[in-house]
Amino acid sequence: MKTIKRHGASIALLLPSIVVLAIFVYGFIGVNLSISLTDEQGLNAESNFVGLDNYFALLDDPRFHIDVWNTLVFSVAFIFCSLFLGLGLAILIDQKIRAEGFFRSIYLLPMAVSFIVTGVVWRWLMNPAEGSRMSGLNLLFDTLGLDFLINQWHLTPTWGMLGIALPAIWQMSGYTMALFLAGLRSIPEEVKEAARTDGASEFVIYLRIILPMIRPVALSAIVILGHISLKVFDLIIAIAGKQLSLDVPAIYMWQTTFDAYNFARGATLATYILVSVAIFVIPYLIVTSRKERA
Amino acid sequence: MQITSKRTLTFALSTVLTLGLVGCATTPAEEETSGSSGSGGSGTSETATGTVEVFSWWTGGGEEAGLNALVEVFNAEYPNIEFVNAAVAGGAGTNARAVLATRLEANDPPDSFQGHAGAELMDYITAGQLEDLSALYEEQGWAAVMPETLLPLITVDGAIYSVPVNIHRANVMWANPSVLADNGISIPNSWDEFFVAAETLEAAGIIPLALGEQWTQLHLFETVLLGELGTDAYNGLWDGSTDWGSSAVGSALATFDKVLSYTNADAASLAWQDASQLVINGDAAFNIMGDWAEGFFRVDNSLVEQVGYTWAPAPGTAGTFQFLSDSFTLPKGAPDRDSAIAWLKVAGSAAGQDAFNVKKGSIPARNDADKSIYPPYLQSAMDDWGSNLVAGSLTHGVTASNAWKAEIDTALGLFLIDGDVAAFQAALVTAAG
Repeated sequence: MKTIKRHGASIALLLPSIVVLAIFVYGFIGVNLSISLTDEQGLNAESNFVGLDNYFALLDDPRFHIDVWNTLVFSVAFIFCSLFLGLGLAILIDQKIRAEGFFRSIYLLPMAVSFIVTGVVWRWLMNPAEGSRMSGLNLLFDTLGLDFLINQWHLTPTWGMLGIALPAIWQMSGYTMALFLAGLRSIPEEVKEAARTDGASEFVIYLRIILPMIRPVALSAIVILGHISLKVFDLIIAIAGKQLSLDVPAIYMWQTTFDAYNFARGATLATYILVSVAIFVIPYLIVTSRKERA
Repeated sequence: MQITSKRTLTFALSTVLTLGLVGCATTPAEEETSGSSGSGGSGTSETATGTVEVFSWWTGGGEEAGLNALVEVFNAEYPNIEFVNAAVAGGAGTNARAVLATRLEANDPPDSFQGHAGAELMDYITAGQLEDLSALYEEQGWAAVMPETLLPLITVDGAIYSVPVNIHRANVMWANPSVLADNGISIPNSWDEFFVAAETLEAAGIIPLALGEQWTQLHLFETVLLGELGTDAYNGLWDGSTDWGSSAVGSALATFDKVLSYTNADAASLAWQDASQLVINGDAAFNIMGDWAEGFFRVDNSLVEQVGYTWAPAPGTAGTFQFLSDSFTLPKGAPDRDSAIAWLKVAGSAAGQDAFNVKKGSIPARNDADKSIYPPYLQSAMDDWGSNLVAGSLTHGVTASNAWKAEIDTALGLFLIDGDVAAFQAALVTAAG
């Protein structure tokens, strides 16, 4: 009785969100999974259980191969560059420079705009038109005499996703910087002082002491950037519309579900996206929960 | 049909607004629905009361102006029925269809929704979500005034499921007259003629054919198919009488491949308006786009026909009118069926269609419209529609179901990446099932 009284209020407060989560997150994941095991096509159509057929079909689907390649190219470029740019900016800002707040805001600002806005602006910047219609970055390069830099950006065959990664890096590296900066600031000054007294150079201090100490921050950053990159949709739509050379699973899912009413294939793609994000997030959750218990 | 660069920005906002409107609309509709009989809209127009929620993707430009003009006619005819506009922005209905699918799956249909007349509606028909409108056609005498070329294309097992309000032409080649004059060429009658002209144009540093993003490439693809195969064989592609694997289709695909080599390299980053703009600016000589581009030339850019722009049927398609048509439906379980039928009556009426189409920049589906109020291009389109052979548009939902069209679109997308004509044809054969 006592325990119920003691915990009654907190349970009552938590209950609505637990119920809502159970239905709208886990319940829908379950519904999605069950649709992906059927052949449901068309509105309110009859459907039969087909097991994992949809998943195997996807593996043979040339469009899905492009999606996987594009996601890979985008994720590697985006996560890698955002981490390094973010870390570099954080280290520079951490040097107790003047007008630190000003620079910090400048680097953080891109995060305040949505991917759609970023996409529309970069669509213009990365305009691949040639000759008299040249504009954006290509025109800048042309004016500066840097002709060798002029390129097709996101319309480059095979590697076009690097062009999409560019604005994403621009937008998210400031955010990564903020994460790293918080990590750097949490390192006690005494540790660095002690190392300096022992005669360690600044470089060694960063390499041996600071970087290992902000590893958890890097892990969080990778998880956050990773799930963004696996779900990227709006940025591509804003820059390039729907075209297959820049296709990703999320766009394929949208088109096959809502343009073709192929709900089974759409659900299969959704499951794929969920699983690929889970591969990123679940190890992280396990690590953090272990740490909390310890 | 309008794809504006703003679509992505406005999508989120308009969805919210639409949902808001829907939320507001349902309650009064349920309260006010008069319990009159369900057969074909009873009572006189003045006494009819209720609410009609109409779902479309006409949210900007001439499309919205056309819808508003149609609503004006409706309000004059039925002053006591409230019109609720449930439009969702997005070109060719790509965003609207997602919202619509969600509502239909949830058995929460609007009173009437827009759909391209033809195979695109098949999904709804086979799912049993549309009411047969044959009785309404009979009552209104529409069978006599709607073109006999169109009706078979929207009839399924003897039943008609939608009311077409307009006709657009897809197979139009637009050109810049001064570029043509400067280079001593005219609009080509066949793709072979085009290739000759294209060589001249490329030598002069002009893009022969302006092209835009992927759906405009699908649009080009269907006009090349029509031009190379001829009308009968093209129509046969959709009813199974023409083999997608045939050598004729193969050589049409090779032609398409060659046509693509004379287009601008940045096509994928351009909306259809941008591609038309290339023609207007003289950067490109030709562009193939549906006749909604005519409004872009004449109204948006204040150009004079034959001076700033000129047109002809796409190469090899003279004498054929490749059409698409917007239509309105009556979903089963419409909250206010009587008001929906009242809406369909206005949409199918001569007064409604004339008000709508002059603004929208399309020709009326009815053949008894007042020709004199239309601009010259549309008058010539009305003549062609009355005299030409008719073929349906793939890109705009006439010839293939949504699922089939999506497979073709994917095959085209893969082809644009790898340029493998044989693999493209194989994928098209697979798509045709």
